[in-house]
Amino acid sequence: MFGIVSDLSRWAIPVVLLLVPLIAMIRGVNVFEKFVEGAEDGFSTAIKTIPYLVAMLVAISVFRASGALDIVTGVCSPVLDKVGVPAEVLPHAVMRPLSGGAALGIATDIIKTHGPDSFIGRLISTMQGSSDTTFYVLTLYFGSVGISRYRYSIISGLSADFTTLIASVYVAHKLFGPI
Amino acid sequence: MVNYIWLGMMVVGVLVAGFNGHIEVVTKAALDGARVAVQTAMDLIAIITFWLGIMKLAEAAGLVRALARMVRPITSFLFPSVPRDHPAMGAIVMNLSANILGLGNAATPMGLIAMQELQKLNRGDPKEATDAMCTFLALNTGCITLIPTTIIGIRLIYGSADPTEIVGTTIFATACGMTVAVIMDRMLRYIYSRRW
Repeated sequence: MFGIVSDLSRWAIPVVLLLVPLIAMIRGVNVFEKFVEGAEDGFSTAIKTIPYLVAMLVAISVFRASGALDIVTGVCSPVLDKVGVPAEVLPHAVMRPLSGGAALGIATDIIKTHGPDSFIGRLISTMQGSSDTTFYVLTLYFGSVGISRYRYSIISGLSADFTTLIASVYVAHKLFGPI
Repeated sequence: MVNYIWLGMMVVGVLVAGFNGHIEVVTKAALDGARVAVQTAMDLIAIITFWLGIMKLAEAAGLVRALARMVRPITSFLFPSVPRDHPAMGAIVMNLSANILGLGNAATPMGLIAMQELQKLNRGDPKEATDAMCTFLALNTGCITLIPTTIIGIRLIYGSADPTEIVGTTIFATACGMTVAVIMDRMLRYIYSRRW
């Protein structure tokens, strides 16, 4: 089963790159001209996100470097400890929505220390694989169309993140068992 | 909401740094953050330009609309405010498919195209997120993942006997996350529509 899905993942983009231009050609589209026409907006779209990304990443970076994030981790740990989240993975859980790179660094470090096939290693792998950098995604997507009022997006995003965290811990306990 | 979170991170960050006696980290961290942001945008230029070209072809060939039509039953439930067969739907479906397959590089540009299409439908304040955008982002960040590519690679590097054994647990966890994302989005949409 995994093999099929993995093949699908590897083939998806090449197949798209084969079929889309081919079908477009058959339908009478000037393929080269149309491609360039679409690609024209690439630069401006990417550049437009800069002020939004700078605003968000500066705040996250200050928050993290100052040690404030460690305090948040400390405050959250008794709560998360109660629902069975091991202390080692806590920094990852708090960091994940804010900074993708930092969270991946923590995950890599834990896998290196505990081994990928330990309980903690498997748990952190599940957590890393199942979560997204919510703040970055919101900032980037909204920023690209000039939106600065996110309404309830952050709440729904973070509650999904929290659910994914709890579900990861639950399923890891069920399948891999704590050591 | 984002105002408070942003202000909170800044103010608390500076105060904590001052209190801990290492105020000097603040300036450096701020500039590092800015540099990472610009670097990220720069990296995006290539990917976005490339995929916008391909997407334009797909649109001209009628493929985006065809895709939107195929998934109409689900999307008309999730996005009641978006007209049927609108190109936004095609882009949303492609973005979510790329996410599901763990193709982050392709997912982002398609997501941005979807946002542009949704912005065209925005009849209110152009600086404020619409219902459809909030639903799309909830689905996007809480999306089911079949192949967590990055972490499988890292497990392989550190000598895991079975790097892909976490695929099942990831699918389970993301399925739970996605369910809650959809439910929360619906509830919040209702609450917000009554408050404002």
